[in-house]
Parts: sequence; structure tokens; C-alpha cells
Amino acid sequence: MSSTEENPSSSPPDWAAVQQSAEFTQLRRRLRRFVFPMTVAFLLWYLLYVLLSDYAHGFMSTKVIGNINIGLIFGLLQFVSTFVITSLYVRHANRHLDPVSEKIRADIERTQEEDAK
Amino acid sequence: MNLAAGIEGSNVALNIGIFSLFVVITLFIVFRASRTSKTAVDYYAAGHSFSGAQNGIAISGDYLSAASFLGIAGAVAAYGYDGFLYSIGFLVAWLIALLLVAELLRNTGKYTMGDVLAFRMRQRPVRAAAATSTLVVSFFYLLAQMAGAGGLIALLLGITNKGGQAAVIAVVGAIMIVYVIIGGMRGTTWVQIIKATLLIIGAAVMTVWVLKEFGFNLSSLFGGAVEQGGDAVLNPGAQYGLTGTSKIDFVSLALALVLGTAGLPHILMRFYTVPTAKEARKSVVWAIWLIGIFYLFTLVLGYGAGALVDRAVITDPATPGGTNSAAPLLAFELGGTVLLGIIAAVAFATILAVVAGLTITASASFAHDIYANVIKKGAADDKAQEVKVARITALVIGAVAIAGGIVANGQNIAFLVALAFAVAASANLPTILYSLFWKRFNTAGALWSIYGGLTVCLVLIIFSPAVSGKPVNPETGKSLSMFQGVDFHWFPLDNPGLVSIPVAFILGWLGTILSKERNEAKYAEMEVRSLTGAGAEKAVKH
Repeated sequence: MSSTEENPSSSPPDWAAVQQSAEFTQLRRRLRRFVFPMTVAFLLWYLLYVLLSDYAHGFMSTKVIGNINIGLIFGLLQFVSTFVITSLYVRHANRHLDPVSEKIRADIERTQEEDAK
Repeated sequence: MNLAAGIEGSNVALNIGIFSLFVVITLFIVFRASRTSKTAVDYYAAGHSFSGAQNGIAISGDYLSAASFLGIAGAVAAYGYDGFLYSIGFLVAWLIALLLVAELLRNTGKYTMGDVLAFRMRQRPVRAAAATSTLVVSFFYLLAQMAGAGGLIALLLGITNKGGQAAVIAVVGAIMIVYVIIGGMRGTTWVQIIKATLLIIGAAVMTVWVLKEFGFNLSSLFGGAVEQGGDAVLNPGAQYGLTGTSKIDFVSLALALVLGTAGLPHILMRFYTVPTAKEARKSVVWAIWLIGIFYLFTLVLGYGAGALVDRAVITDPATPGGTNSAAPLLAFELGGTVLLGIIAAVAFATILAVVAGLTITASASFAHDIYANVIKKGAADDKAQEVKVARITALVIGAVAIAGGIVANGQNIAFLVALAFAVAASANLPTILYSLFWKRFNTAGALWSIYGGLTVCLVLIIFSPAVSGKPVNPETGKSLSMFQGVDFHWFPLDNPGLVSIPVAFILGWLGTILSKERNEAKYAEMEVRSLTGAGAEKAVKH
């Protein structure tokens, strides 16, 4: 499982030092601050939908326009929210995660190469 | 309805012809792919060389089984809204894979789920546990797919005797084995891509066709379904809302669906076929869009069948394939024998592709986790030997799938798919999340969570009404349980998820804090690598 097997002459990176660096802490915070609340939010939103469909038949069966009822609109909104969260995450990752993680990775790899010389 | 002829209007020769064309084309591609499939990384992960878009299409091919095409369209046609409810759980689940699992898994593993769990724990026990749950989930899922094949054969080819169906199951199984053994992950991935493309285009054409029949007005489409099925088809509760227990059962199912997807081993393994975590993210994004749009199609197709096909035929238990017949019947109603032939072939291709995906996952898990790392203790330098073991395992699993499919043909084991999701959510997801995000997590926690979650799931399902003790239907004289005439159930729900998922999370936590093992240095490496991709497996150039 070792990542450094292809380059035996260099010592493994100091992972603990990287983990404690300000840059990495920032990356972790940016990731977790986005994904944890978002996960809780979409799970609660889904659970609300499941419980309403399960226990509030009357409310969900209320017709809004023609034959389209609240239950159907609620269901389609689950699709919309899934697509929206997906796009928000991609935007967040492109803007706030990838640049930081790429820089940290490049630093680790450069240190490795210098060690090897 | 003439049973011997399958669906009325079905042209068996045409159905077989279109399906054979699919098989010939895919076999050609698989053989071509085999030329560059020499090493372990080729066999297990297609050299990490697919693009995010390709892998996203392949993921939707792996995920959109016959159950989600014929099954959901049929459930919408028969039960209306409750069928739709099902598809939403299958879609929302992908957010867990996107936000929490896909990228970090790609960065820390190589070929299997066991790689990630074994990263900072004692290799042998953890890999053995991961392989056990992988094999159990794959086996249940596989058996459910193969058991459904018999009904589909009756429906699409008009073969109603068990011997003829067994022969077709054996042929389909044999083709699948060839895909996996010859093509490895690269060949299997191409099969998924072709199948997903056909399935989604086929469903799209039918959707537009149905909408055109109703002047592109969703409300009048629903109106058409209401004319046959009454207002109830638009409202929740037709399938699950009958009693207090069935309502709780539905919550339990919904939980297993949403938490199980990101723990399905054949889905997890797909994240290794791309070169980087960013491509893994792209593949999930593609999969979410394709799967979401596909489920919107099934909504229209289900209500379309409810409006355009004689409802009495769809809900008649004597119709071959039962409610699964809704989408094929609708295809015939719209486009006659030709469209029916195309949809029939696509449905077959779907079973074939999903079973191939499961088989390669199970064989990889056995060869890589159990053979190479548990039996050979990681000292198997001879990677060629490992791949050979994987191919032999694929052959064995394929044979088991064929035998299981023949034995289980016609058995009421649809609950196995829900069970596979419940096991994935209970045994796999907690350990994956803990090991990616919790510093303190250790070997004991992983073992408690995997084996505990697995055991609780299996025990609860054995003593559930799905296996024994459902009331006998006076019309058919049969119970909906798997076993007739006995009753040893004491767990009230069909779906164990509501109990087994929380139990598995608690066991993982408890096992961890009761063990003294700490592995902070390894966690530092794992966390840095999972978030940055440093030292991740690179794509293989050919």
C-alpha cells in the first residue's frame, strides 16, 4: 500500500507535518464545512419527503394545477435539489478545493524529487 | 393474452436478432479491449484510464438494472406514485457518493473497497471482512438479477417452460463470463457504456413519443392514467401506505436505498477506472445527471403505460413478467414489433451488463483481498498469478450465478435487491465513512461494524415476513413470503435497514473505543493523500 515504492531512494514525505500545515488545515476545513452540512441538509430534506409521502397522504394528494398534485411537485423538487447540490459542489470544488489540493500535492512531489537527488 | 407467445405482437426472431447484434458488437469490442488487458491494473481497474464522462456513463450502466427500468416503470404503471417514490431514493443516494466517498476513495485505494479499509489497519482481518461483505452483497444482487431473467425470457421470447428458460439463462451467463474473463474491467466497462447509451436513448425516444400522444402536457398524461386506474395512482400510499407496519417498512427501505448506494462494491470499484480524483468527481456528476434524467423518463413511461396499455393486463399476475411487462407492452403500443424488439433486447443487455459488473467486482475482491493479501500475506509478487486467480474466480462466480438463476427462477426473491442495499448500507458505508473521516477508527471498529452489520441484516431478514409468514392470498392460494406454509418470523419489517444501519454505526464506534489500537501516523498519511491525491495510483499508458 505504500505510495513511495516506485521511488525507493527518497524518504517518504512527512505526512504528519503536511497534515498539520496551515494550508492543509484550510483545505480540510473548506471540504468539511461544505460536505457535512450539505449531507445533513439533503438527508433531512429527503426524510421530510419520505415521511410526508408516508404519513400525510391527504396533504400530498392536494391538486395544484390540473392533475399535478403537491406530492408530485415535492418529488420533482427532490430531483431539482439533487441536481443543484451536485452543481454547487462542483463549483465549490473547482474554486476552493482543487487549487489548494493541487498546490499541496505539487509541494509534496517536489520535496520527494529533491530528496531523491 | 396468449401466454405461449409472450407479449402479444412480439416477434421472437426479431427480439433475438437485435439482441444477438448487441452481443456480437460488444464481444468484438471486448476482444479488442483484451489486447491491452495484460496486467492486474488492467484487469481490475482498466489501467485507471477511462475519462470521467466514460466512467459516468458506465456507472449509470452498472446502476440502471432491469429492476430499475422495467421494475420502476411497472411499479409506476401499477401503483402510480409509490413507484416514483422508489426512484427518488435511488437518485438522492448519489449525493453521498459525490460528497463523501468517490474522490477520497479514488485517492487512497487501488482496486477494491478492502484497499481503503486496509490502509491504516491490520491488513488481513480487515481485508477478509471487506471481501466477505463484498461477496455477500454481490451474491444477493446477482441472484436477484438472474432470478428475474426467467420472467423476462417468458415475457420477451415467449419461452414459458422451465427447461427452455434454464437454457437461455445458461447462454446469457456464458456470454457474461466471456465478457469478464476476456475483457477484464476494460471490456466490461465498454459493455456498460454501450448498454447505458442504448437504454437511455431507447427510454428517451419512448418518453418523447408518450408525451407527444398527450400533446406534451403532463397533466393530461396523468389524466389518461387516472381514467384507467382512478385518482389513487396520483396519490401516495397505494403500495406502502396500507398499515402502520408497512409505513415503517417504507421508511426502513428508504433509508437503505439512500445509504446503500455509496456502499455497493460494484459501484465503488468503478471509481478506480479513472486516472484522478477529479475525474472520479466528474464521473459521479455524469452519473447523477444520466440517472436522474432516466428516472424522469421512467415516470413518464410508467404513467404512459398506465394510460395507454390495458391496466388489467399489467396487473394480471398471469402476465409473463408481472408488472415488469408495462414498459415492453407500452413499446409495442407505440412502435409495434420493432420498438418492442429494441426494448426487449435492451432489457436483456441490461441484465447481462449488470451481472458482468457484479462478477468482476466479486472476482477482484476474492483475488486481490483474499488470495493475494490474506492467503499469500501480500507476498504475491507474481501479479500474473493473481489475475489468473481472479479469472478462475469469475468463472466460478459465473457458474454459481447460472445455477442460482436456474434454481431461483420464479422464486419470490425480489427482496434480495433491497437486502443487498441494506447490507451495503450497514456493513460497508459505516466503515468507509469512519475510515475516511475519523482519526481514532481502528481494526476492531471496522470488524465490529462489518461483521455486526452483516449479521444483524441477515438475521433480521431470515426472521422477517419476506421469508416466512405473510398471509395467504385467497385468490392465488399463495403467500408473498419466500417459503410457503411455515411461519417463523418475529421481526415485523421486510427491510432491516431501520435497525441494522444504526446498529452498525454504533458497533463501529463501540469496537473502536474499546480497543487500544491507535494509528495516528497512518491516519495522517491517509488524510493527506485522500484530500490531495499525493501518491495516488496513476493511469497506465498503453
